[in-house]
Amino acid sequence: MKKPIISVKNLVAKYGENTILENIFIDIFPEEITVILGGSGCGKTTLVKNIIRLYEPFSGKVKIFGKDVTKMDEAEFEDILQNIGMLFQNGALLNSMNVFDNVAIPLEQHTNLPREIIEKIIRVKLKLVNLVNAENLQPSELSGGMKKRAALARAIALDPKILFCDEPSAGLDPVTSASLDELILNLKNLLKMTIIIVTHELSSIHRIADRIIFLDDGKVLFSGTLKEAKSSNISEIKHFFDAGSFD
Amino acid sequence: MKYERETLFLEGELTQKTVNSLLIKFEKLSFDKIDAIDFGKVTKTDSAGIAFIDTLLINNNSPKLVNLNNNIEKSFKTFSSIGIKAMPKSKKDNFFIQTGAQLFDFLLVTKSAIFLVSDIFYWSFVGLFNKKGQRKDSVIHQSLFIGVDALGIIALLSFILGLILALQSAAQLRQFGANIFVADLMAVSMVTEMGPFLTAIIIAGRSGSSIASEIATMKVTEELDALKIMAINPVRYVVVPKFHAMTLCMPLLVIVSALIGIFGGLIIAVTYLDLSAVAYINRIFEVVKFRDTIIGLGKSFFFAWAIVIIGSYYGFNAEGGAEGVGKVTTKAVVSSIFWVIILDAINSMVFYF
Repeated sequence: MKKPIISVKNLVAKYGENTILENIFIDIFPEEITVILGGSGCGKTTLVKNIIRLYEPFSGKVKIFGKDVTKMDEAEFEDILQNIGMLFQNGALLNSMNVFDNVAIPLEQHTNLPREIIEKIIRVKLKLVNLVNAENLQPSELSGGMKKRAALARAIALDPKILFCDEPSAGLDPVTSASLDELILNLKNLLKMTIIIVTHELSSIHRIADRIIFLDDGKVLFSGTLKEAKSSNISEIKHFFDAGSFD
Repeated sequence: MKYERETLFLEGELTQKTVNSLLIKFEKLSFDKIDAIDFGKVTKTDSAGIAFIDTLLINNNSPKLVNLNNNIEKSFKTFSSIGIKAMPKSKKDNFFIQTGAQLFDFLLVTKSAIFLVSDIFYWSFVGLFNKKGQRKDSVIHQSLFIGVDALGIIALLSFILGLILALQSAAQLRQFGANIFVADLMAVSMVTEMGPFLTAIIIAGRSGSSIASEIATMKVTEELDALKIMAINPVRYVVVPKFHAMTLCMPLLVIVSALIGIFGGLIIAVTYLDLSAVAYINRIFEVVKFRDTIIGLGKSFFFAWAIVIIGSYYGFNAEGGAEGVGKVTTKAVVSSIFWVIILDAINSMVFYF
């Protein structure tokens, strides 16, 4: 059995007095696509944000590449972050910059590559997400799908080992959603990325998921392969695969 | 609607449009009890109509519903509020818990403000020697916005302020034949007080609001989170260029404001007090001391830093969507102006008391 690339042990997350996640134990394995599922408000995005320390966990351990990141100082964690990309739900492109400059940020900040090479990398990443012609556009000039693709290009600019995607297909038409799924599969296969996706889209799950983590009311209800999930007897999971999307 | 043999007969539409008139009719009916409600002649219903029926059921010991057709039965199942309990309102904490919570919140706010201030000063100092973590040419862009773009409004208002100050004092000074002292007044007030103060107020309104709203928008649209995930320190990337630009531009704007204000005074001195321009200018040079200039310029740095820190603090603490951005922007401007006045008062106490 492969060693997990991310390992979460006994994680508790709170917003003020409210407990959002309770005693979470999960393992994420390298070069796999793990889909985090669950109803609205069950803590999927909170789990991801706790793993990458956008929120500080209340208690518990999060190991990334075998190191406990909850105990790390900022400088040490920044080294870990350089191997992580994240696609936010709304893209989170910097509105004051065009698409090209947005994708350039991680390359300019974390590499000493010459400008010529950086420009080549940016154009390749924009080509991968099919946005070559949009490099000079401002985020406000992009459609929802284009914003997500531009944000994905920025997230993979440094060829991270781990990529988090928060609802990549939300609000997209089925064709754009399918092309985004195909792109994510390519990233896994070509760059050997470990990809963690928060989604509700059943069609996406069937296309891309290797492993499923099912959250319910802040607890892990199921963790296993897609095949195991489909044959699960847990009523919530059966209901999900029978009925489709939660939202 | 009619009442016969302990049964209430409803007819026609039972919708938002008819509920009010049905309630009035119902109040006018005289009856002992209702055993059943007959829907035989009801043609249409909606959620307001079902809410009316719910009220009848609750107030009349749940009479039977008869002659419901399929549609009305479905509507009833969908829209009936019977069985839905109102959530209990959270109890208000007692005085001691409220005071304790406020004190705790105040300590948290103070702690985060101290961390932010130390972060801004630390990274601004580091940023002087190491541009890593900053966007290329961002200090120039910020200087253009904070300094150059504000030049016009600061020059205009300083000129008008100079005219007003000189004109109002001229009327008094003339009575004593002390016309030349208008130069003293203009020099001292514009260099030590009005120049720095007016500039700070304009910059607080203009750039303070812009800093707060820009950072707040970045917060609510997850742009700051995106920077963190790219291992980029948001203070270093977003705030430091503004801090450097403000530190650079504020004293320059104060110099421009003071000079143009004094020039406004010159216009009044020449046209209203019959002073010569040469006499006015000579007097200005005699009166303005090096110490006054340093005090005027010195406090402009503190004003600049206060505006950037307050704008950033409120920006980083924005919550919610567009409404949250609007709230923190207003708070940032009010707070910046407040602290500019407090810092000015401290400066006056230290140097002139």
